[in-house]
Amino acid sequence: MAEATHIDVSYVAHLARIHLTEEETALFQGQLNQVLEYVEQLKELDVTGVEPTAHAMSLVNVLRADEPAPGLDHDTVVDNFPAVRDGQVVVPKIIDQS
Amino acid sequence: MLNTKTIAELSAMLAAGECTSVDIVSDVLAAINARDGKIGAYLTLDRDDALAQAKAADAARATGTTGALLGIPVAIKDLLNVKGQPCTCGSKILEGYSAPYDATAVAKLRETGAVLLGRVNMDEFAMGSSTENSGLGKTVNPWDAERVPGGSSGGSAACVAADEAVAALGSDTGGSIRQPAAFCGCVGLKPTYGRVSRYGLTAFASSLDQIGPLAKTVKDAALLLGVVSGHDPADSTSIDVPVPDYAAALTDDLKGMKLGLPKEYFVEGMDPEVEAAVRAAVKKCEELGAEIVDVSLPNAKYAIAVYYIIATAEASANLARFDGIRYGLREDGADPIELYGKTRAAGFGPEVKRRIILGTYVLSSGYYDAYYLRAQKVRTLIRNDFIEAFKQCDAILAPVTPTPAYKIGEKTGDPLKMYLDDILTTPVNLAGNCALSVPCGFSSDGLPIGLQIIGDSFKEANILKVGHAYEQATDWHKQKPAF
Repeated sequence: MAEATHIDVSYVAHLARIHLTEEETALFQGQLNQVLEYVEQLKELDVTGVEPTAHAMSLVNVLRADEPAPGLDHDTVVDNFPAVRDGQVVVPKIIDQS
Repeated sequence: MLNTKTIAELSAMLAAGECTSVDIVSDVLAAINARDGKIGAYLTLDRDDALAQAKAADAARATGTTGALLGIPVAIKDLLNVKGQPCTCGSKILEGYSAPYDATAVAKLRETGAVLLGRVNMDEFAMGSSTENSGLGKTVNPWDAERVPGGSSGGSAACVAADEAVAALGSDTGGSIRQPAAFCGCVGLKPTYGRVSRYGLTAFASSLDQIGPLAKTVKDAALLLGVVSGHDPADSTSIDVPVPDYAAALTDDLKGMKLGLPKEYFVEGMDPEVEAAVRAAVKKCEELGAEIVDVSLPNAKYAIAVYYIIATAEASANLARFDGIRYGLREDGADPIELYGKTRAAGFGPEVKRRIILGTYVLSSGYYDAYYLRAQKVRTLIRNDFIEAFKQCDAILAPVTPTPAYKIGEKTGDPLKMYLDDILTTPVNLAGNCALSVPCGFSSDGLPIGLQIIGDSFKEANILKVGHAYEQATDWHKQKPAF
């Protein structure tokens, strides 16, 4: 098959922020190569001059009035945080100042 | 045994004072207690809450409130947000999450006084065709416990077919309402893209997802559709088109209707019993007065390739939000990047991981034009085929699936094989049209077969009319699985 069907699963999984085991990487590598080989058939079509469809209903700039409205209930949202301190979500340190 | 009745029947009984919503919900809960241990349709069910809603509906009726869905229990697919309830989308990554708001479709049900029953199982994040990809439970086909219920709305179809709900809401991105409806022998409708607000529907593929009803009859599907449809300022892709009274427009004959038959939909490898049942249904529609015309959808054969590029691309972006920071599962890491990677590794099942990786790949630099852009262009060709076909007919008749329900475990090891089964349903999502699945027979093994009725954009009334007339002339929908 064409070079383009050679997905590097380990690299793409890193981009997608999913840690994979070695077994998963090997399994997905084979399965996704198979899927990518299948989609190669789209190359047999001549799509010169064909406009791409992003949405079946073409919509452009749907606007609404810019008016204040209540948002989600604060406590309900905070209750969903996996780690909370003083009503705020706790996350790992991003900048190391040491 | 009120749980075996339809919305239309129960609504009339409620209006005549022959039963209460509490009676109906009690019978539904009894059926769930009796057989859901075997079927596995429900993930979560708050019995007290359901009964409290039923009492409130009865009280509202006593003060003069009316409505087709007032007091009718409806099961909800687990990816629709219902305020205060879990919304796991069949995924471990959302365990512990409590929805802070109602999806618009759910809010509309609530406003009409429907009883929001429990949450039903699905393939994780709606990715799958058998509900085997659920991270949280196993659902079986009510007609044969060794077979899949279909998916991704497998719980919705199974609970309706097993009379464990009067009706249900599902969602359809590539066939996820129609295919399980066909496998379980109930009615399922995928509305036109933009007909029903997607606000509060956990997004899988935003340009394809639609919420729709699963029900026991076409009329019930029409009643539910009428309630959940309509423009919503909270979903900029919902379209401001008037919602007709779908149920009122149903008739028993098809005189004056032209129905298209696409030769490309009778694909190689199709089960002969499925083909025979669908062709017999076409003949029945002709007897009911419809004129059958040949139509062609030559690019439909590319739908799977296009779908699995576009749907995974959109999913890879949509599912980025499940990162362990604000809700659901968190696996701690030394820094945010490690936290994301570990959380997503632990929380997502294999099919979701595969699709996110594929979607990330087709959008990545250097491959975007070859895969994603080309797929979007072929999507245009598929859509144009339907536009041409609907110049010649009012609706299109086709099978829903190439085969009846298959055995559990039969296709889990081969993702591509599982994907190929969506060949007859994905074109409709890509084109944005509406389509209905109606029971049209049984295989020699006693498994239900579905007839697909495809309509042009916002022509739900046409497909409901065809489905209803066909249903009145047949009794497939009246047959029930044995328990």
